[in-house]
Amino acid sequence: MTKRKFGLGLSLMLAAGTMLAACGSEEDTSTGETGGGEGTEETSDFSVAMVTDVGGVDDKSFNQSAWEGIQQFGEENGLEKGDGGFDYLQSASDADYNTNLNNLIRRDFDVVFGIGFLMEGAVAEIAEQQPEAQIAIIDAVVDAPNVASVLFKEQEGAFLAGVAAALMTETNKIGFVGGMEIPVIERFEAGFLEGVATVDDSIEVDVQYTGAFDKAELGKTTANRMYSAGADIIFHAAGGTGNGVFTEAKERKEADPEANIWVIGVDADQYDEGQTGDANVTLTSVLKRVDTAVKNISEQAMAGDFPGGETITYGLSDEGVALADSRGAIPEDKMAQIEEYKQQVVDGEITVPETVE
Amino acid sequence: MSNRTTNLLVPIISVILGLLVGAVIMLVSGYNPLEGYAALWNGIFGDMYTIGETIRQITPYLLAGLAVAFAFRSGLFNIGVEGQLIVGWFAAAYVGVAVELPKIIHLPLAIIAAAAAGALWGFVPGLLKAKFHVHEVIVTIMMNYIALHVTNALIRTVSGGGDRTESIFASASLRSDFLENLTEFSRLHLGIILALIMVGVMWFILEKTTLGFELKAVGFNKNASQYSGMNVNKNIILAMVISGAFAGLGGAMEALGTFEYVSSKGGFTGIGFDGIAVALLGMNTPLGVIFGATLFGSLKYGALNMPNAAGIPIEIVEIVIAVIIFFVASGYIIRLLLLRASAKKKEAK
Repeated sequence: MTKRKFGLGLSLMLAAGTMLAACGSEEDTSTGETGGGEGTEETSDFSVAMVTDVGGVDDKSFNQSAWEGIQQFGEENGLEKGDGGFDYLQSASDADYNTNLNNLIRRDFDVVFGIGFLMEGAVAEIAEQQPEAQIAIIDAVVDAPNVASVLFKEQEGAFLAGVAAALMTETNKIGFVGGMEIPVIERFEAGFLEGVATVDDSIEVDVQYTGAFDKAELGKTTANRMYSAGADIIFHAAGGTGNGVFTEAKERKEADPEANIWVIGVDADQYDEGQTGDANVTLTSVLKRVDTAVKNISEQAMAGDFPGGETITYGLSDEGVALADSRGAIPEDKMAQIEEYKQQVVDGEITVPETVE
Repeated sequence: MSNRTTNLLVPIISVILGLLVGAVIMLVSGYNPLEGYAALWNGIFGDMYTIGETIRQITPYLLAGLAVAFAFRSGLFNIGVEGQLIVGWFAAAYVGVAVELPKIIHLPLAIIAAAAAGALWGFVPGLLKAKFHVHEVIVTIMMNYIALHVTNALIRTVSGGGDRTESIFASASLRSDFLENLTEFSRLHLGIILALIMVGVMWFILEKTTLGFELKAVGFNKNASQYSGMNVNKNIILAMVISGAFAGLGGAMEALGTFEYVSSKGGFTGIGFDGIAVALLGMNTPLGVIFGATLFGSLKYGALNMPNAAGIPIEIVEIVIAVIIFFVASGYIIRLLLLRASAKKKEAK
């Protein structure tokens, strides 16, 4: 019995092999020709590509933001999607990072971005194996001469969000929903707590971590608990999990249009996420301009000035992080106060801690 | 039609059908299926690098498949392979980071730690099943979540608040310069040899030992085994422990070979769950698992090249891969149709 099954398997493999081989050889010749044509242009043109982490390119967060930055860079420089222009590859699991980075480097992209701290290990490994490649990583530091590391001072943006929340709360209870307990998210938490305490240290902040970035239902239940306990503003730094926070807030707003329910978004301007009918629950968002960072590095690299081996940190002062337009949700006098705090951070009068004490 | 030709035709037809339906899906969505399959082929066997990476991908699937298959043979449905793999991954990485020893001690120690951690994670549901008749499916599913979050917490503690451990010492690594140079710096590691040895070990336990005989007997009929004087409870626990150990070794492959570290995870790796399909495709036999893991690993890895070389979105690619596996798994239907067809021919004569 076993023998026969093995034979079966073997013949299947062989069958698959020959069939696929036929497909392969046919196609190889044609792609080879077109590839050759483009190859001559590649030498003069500049090209850039990125690998997403498991969040995918349409995560409404930093992967998407990075891709938008690359697209913008491509448009401005007349590049097209594909070889010799700009492109992206998505990773389905942690094990895919190495292969995706390698694939893009082999396709001769001049700069390859690894988006997210999850890619730290893969970038470090590939950078060593491919010393000629120029790689940039977002949200992590890789110490290699051909890697540019990009960090953000999330705590500074979150600090302003904390100030805004403290000025706007009526119940003196505020919520914070984090994704995983990793340094990046902890910077958000630390900045937010500091911002709230700076305005009024009697305000309670309920801090909850959901342990995941892709579980909207967890975000929803956590938000439900916080709003029920009397919180009126929740700041989320939880990627896709945060979408559940928005869902909960919108449902409450729909049930009672007078309810004082707010969400502070993260990474991108999440105003659209908060729209429900004519109302909107988005107070503001902490912007993390991954797109700007990606574009800047691409431009530097195109000018032959790739910041390999350096760590570049974006903060409030260079608008790498910022608060999004509140579209009237925050009244002008309070905006003015927030602006004052911002100036103090930019001037260095206030230093926002990176970790929670 | 003779038995032999049917046996040969079934797999060929199922693969052709799978590829055809996959091609239709690509055509309908506006992509060139020939380019797509060429990219898939090149993604699996294109050059030494991809071949190395394909084998690397197959390695944990082999062990996860073995784990599921072994429990199945004893009548147990081990859905906890995922969790056992995760604790094995952590244990191996921890031993790899915590101490530095000569390779000849360090590497086996890390591997044994992984197997022991996985075995422990299998022991709990085995014990509960044997002593209190708690269904192993429920317990193993819950143990998956415990594994995920406990290892995440441990990683934080070990790394001092970070999200991944340091890379393991070279003395605990399964990687070899020889394999890396051979495959143009792929992450292919010596783990594949260990995985293949484990295939032999499972075959040996099941076919050549009294223990294996008893395990299979318990799998066929618990009451009969009990009546004939076998210790059913002991066998249930042992089956889960051995199954968990295989799964833990799968984790060691990731810790000591592919990644050389462990990082906190927001969700499951999926390897353990795919292991269920690998085992079922392989009809729960050791050699069948090799076939199932090879199919799964190659398709999964090769699929990465389809967005890369043919510009097909990853979502379409996942559907195409799922369709191919679906048709391979449904070989029984094709066999039935073939038999019907040949029976009709005979009647016509």
